[in-house]
Amino acid sequence: MIRFSDSFQNKAAIISRRMFLLSTLKIAVFIGIISRLFYLQISENIKYRSLSDKNRLREWKIAPQRGIIEDYFGNKMAKNKKVFELHMIPEDVSNLENLFFRLARIINFNENDKKNILRKLKKRKPWEPIIISDNLSWRDFSRLNLYLHEIQGIKPVVALAREYAEGGSSSHIIGYVSEISVKDLKSNKLLRDINIPGLKTGKSGLEKIFNNSMIGKPGLQRFEVNAYGKRIKELKFINGVAGKNFKTTLDQEVQEFTSKAMEEKSGSVCVMDIYTGDIVAMVSNPTFDPNKFVHGISSKDWNALLEHKRKPLINKSVSGLYPPGSTIKPIVALSALENDVISSKLVVRCTGSIELYGQKYHCWKKKGHGYMTLRNAIKQSCDTYFYEVSRRLGIDRLSVTAKQFGLGKKVFDFLGEEKPGVVPNTKWKLKNIGKNWYLGETLISGIGQGYFQSTPLQLCLMMAQLANGGYEIKPRIIDDKYALQPIINAWRKEFSIKNNNLEMPNKDLKKLYKNKENIKFVLEALYGATNEPQGTSYRSRLAGEEYMYAGKTGTSQVRSISAEQRELEIKNRDLPYEQRDHALFTAFAPYKKPRYAISVIIEHGGAGSSGAAPIAKKVIKKVLDRHKERKKYQLDLFSEA
Amino acid sequence: MIPNYTHQGNQSFKDKFFSFDFTLVFAILFLGIISIFAMYSTEQGNFGYYTKSHLYRFCIFFMTFLIISFFSIKFWFNSAYLYYVIVLILLLTVYYFGVTASGSKRWINLFFINLQPSELMKVSLILFLAKYYYKIPSDNVTSIRHIFVPFFALIIPFLLVVSQPDLGTATLILAGGITAIWMAGLRMKFFMYSFILFICLAPLGISYLKPYQKSRILTFLNPERDPLGAGYQIIQSKIAVGSGGIFGKGYLQGSQSYLDYLPEKHTDFIFTLFAEEFGLIGSLGLLSIYVLIIYRIIRIGKIVQNNFARLYCFSFATAFFIYVAVNMMMVLGLLPIVGAPLPIMSYGGSAMLSMMLGLGIVMSCKVHDQERL
Repeated sequence: MIRFSDSFQNKAAIISRRMFLLSTLKIAVFIGIISRLFYLQISENIKYRSLSDKNRLREWKIAPQRGIIEDYFGNKMAKNKKVFELHMIPEDVSNLENLFFRLARIINFNENDKKNILRKLKKRKPWEPIIISDNLSWRDFSRLNLYLHEIQGIKPVVALAREYAEGGSSSHIIGYVSEISVKDLKSNKLLRDINIPGLKTGKSGLEKIFNNSMIGKPGLQRFEVNAYGKRIKELKFINGVAGKNFKTTLDQEVQEFTSKAMEEKSGSVCVMDIYTGDIVAMVSNPTFDPNKFVHGISSKDWNALLEHKRKPLINKSVSGLYPPGSTIKPIVALSALENDVISSKLVVRCTGSIELYGQKYHCWKKKGHGYMTLRNAIKQSCDTYFYEVSRRLGIDRLSVTAKQFGLGKKVFDFLGEEKPGVVPNTKWKLKNIGKNWYLGETLISGIGQGYFQSTPLQLCLMMAQLANGGYEIKPRIIDDKYALQPIINAWRKEFSIKNNNLEMPNKDLKKLYKNKENIKFVLEALYGATNEPQGTSYRSRLAGEEYMYAGKTGTSQVRSISAEQRELEIKNRDLPYEQRDHALFTAFAPYKKPRYAISVIIEHGGAGSSGAAPIAKKVIKKVLDRHKERKKYQLDLFSEA
Repeated sequence: MIPNYTHQGNQSFKDKFFSFDFTLVFAILFLGIISIFAMYSTEQGNFGYYTKSHLYRFCIFFMTFLIISFFSIKFWFNSAYLYYVIVLILLLTVYYFGVTASGSKRWINLFFINLQPSELMKVSLILFLAKYYYKIPSDNVTSIRHIFVPFFALIIPFLLVVSQPDLGTATLILAGGITAIWMAGLRMKFFMYSFILFICLAPLGISYLKPYQKSRILTFLNPERDPLGAGYQIIQSKIAVGSGGIFGKGYLQGSQSYLDYLPEKHTDFIFTLFAEEFGLIGSLGLLSIYVLIIYRIIRIGKIVQNNFARLYCFSFATAFFIYVAVNMMMVLGLLPIVGAPLPIMSYGGSAMLSMMLGLGIVMSCKVHDQERL
């Protein structure tokens, strides 16, 4: 019994001792667990909380509505229309191959589309939708909805897409939108930030220039999602802000009319308000259909546009460079008068050609014009007379006046593709060509040939600044009421000075002349050119005081004419297209109360009088008819004029 | 036969009732109530299937716990071997006729309940070893002759459970058994030898591991190895615990569990859910309850008058501690995911029955602390 008791005590002691050891171990383990809890829940709390939110929250951006572009009367030149899109949610798709197979039987879906989607799939998060098609036909859309319950992971969506006015008469100005490229992403931070699948970006024209303000702010939907990606509840909804709308100064109706009037021809027509500088029309032909770009242009169509001989993608109004030809004569005359080089009474005898410095210079009229005064020389566009004028004037003085009136520099500062053109002078030649100026070059510059290069818009501006009495204007293409007000005020002041025969300077307008009479003289001579027999554009005149206009033709050579060819009297239409002369015409209308200036350039259109003036006549008539409408929107800005 | 045991000695029913360790009883009751609320949260605030059956089970097994407490310690002493043999037979039954679910054969279909004998083995093995070592003198504990029986009593159920396969439960059974043997006084050197042997055999053992078991170990070493596959559970569990912070996200507000990011949230990961919703304060609170329970069991082990009860209480306390610690360390990313439920909190009838039985026997030791065998 004693032994048993001993054993009992002994055993109890062993058990208790070992229990004590274990208890120490237990405490150590529990301390370990507690410190782990502290570590996870306090030290690393922020990290795990954000990971938990990342699990729990998913955000979908909602594409904002792109700002629309209107013409002067509120007609929509670029608007948004409803389209049917098909989205795929990658994480909901159980079998991609199966899905593609089924899709191919329901909608237009080929191997190429498949490759595109597989490429995108790698870059996107599994819950971000991938756009399979952004423009389903109604037929496909309804078929798809029929089969929808059988196909997992796709979602038909009604979305907005760009739509441009038909005909493409304004494509070059408005531009177009298309899918965002890698290049766009690199150059535009906003596009990187927005990052919405299917968002389009402006690629050219106003769509590109005002892209960032037109895009708008995207909306946001934040959902709580479960582990299987199912949306449990909406936590936040931020409405997107639609992009800014833009109103242009263009008249969609005139644009379309002009585009039609130029059908089959290649060239440009610009119409400008001579006081406000509003561009009423600016058409470049041939044009393209911007709607084709919205959902991705086919490579066949794209190549056709690129390889087209008449370059439909180029906006000839601002990027096309042409020798101004005889349309520069009013400026040459003005420059000579202003510099007191000649008097308007100077008489020069035209015999059809003139020999100077051992070189023969021809007038366009082989037989010669006979004795010419300045007015007649402008009216009949006598080259010999202007050889003499420019000889006396010199290129440097001519270039100063030409530049003042808007040649040789960009008209707008925001159009990327615009070209400045060339107004040559001695310095320019030395700098750009590295040679001294020849006097013979002065002569051909006097008739707008040689180094002279101008855009149609520059010629229009030149004519506008002559027609408004010789004042500088800033052309506008975006209608901005606030910017317009000071311009109106300045002109009102000018008109009241004129109407009351006051002699006071108007500091609000920058005048481009020294003597007002010189401007008046040139404008009057232009009247003769259009409205008097023997005037170069007499055949294209418009009757009636409200339509009567005054303009200057121009025919610019694209090749040098050899003596042999001159003898043969080869007609323009017999030459191959590329060698025919460009036909130019600049005018202002109406003559009595000038309001609009126009420039017309028809590439390889032959003589200005037959190739360009008839088109100008049609457009002028249209513009003047539309003036009644336009007036309503201007609250008759210039009743005084 | 049973009334004999309940009314043996001088104690009346009333005496027995008042000699209960009420701190332990209320700690268990409190833990049970918490577990029901936690279960309610796993079902996103629906009084659904899991909550209901957990509630019923807790009520029934808590009553069982109380009833068992009235049974004399002698009854448990006498039936210890029998109980072990019954559970072993059940394990063999599982081996031959078990119900297979999600790839492993762990259950016997008893028509009204699917019983998991491996859970019951946790307690019966400790009971068996407590009786065995009570009977042999302490000097003989280390003799080779007396090592064979405990060794086979330990290794047979272990291998049966491993073959199910259920490495987690098997390891816990083994851990409980080894604790009991060590507590009985087996020399340290035997454990050293076994440990060296284990290390030597480990490479061989690894080759027998199932691919998913290997990947679990690799995943434990580096959870980012396969974040959506094997590492998913532990990563999501850590996110849930960590995002809870000091005060937690609030009851029924645990987004990780509510939105199904948390796996196995009813069973092994119930602590994660609790830690997410109640934060550090809640986790420490829950841990304190477990510490209290373990402490009370050890305290009972100290006051009892026989070595059978003492050895049982100490061993069970340690086993209970191991279950809690392994589960918590597992969900906190300190151990590989092995499938160890958190006692009483986790959903699972057999595990709760086993724990309540074990605690009931502890309480019986307390109630009959003056009895000698």
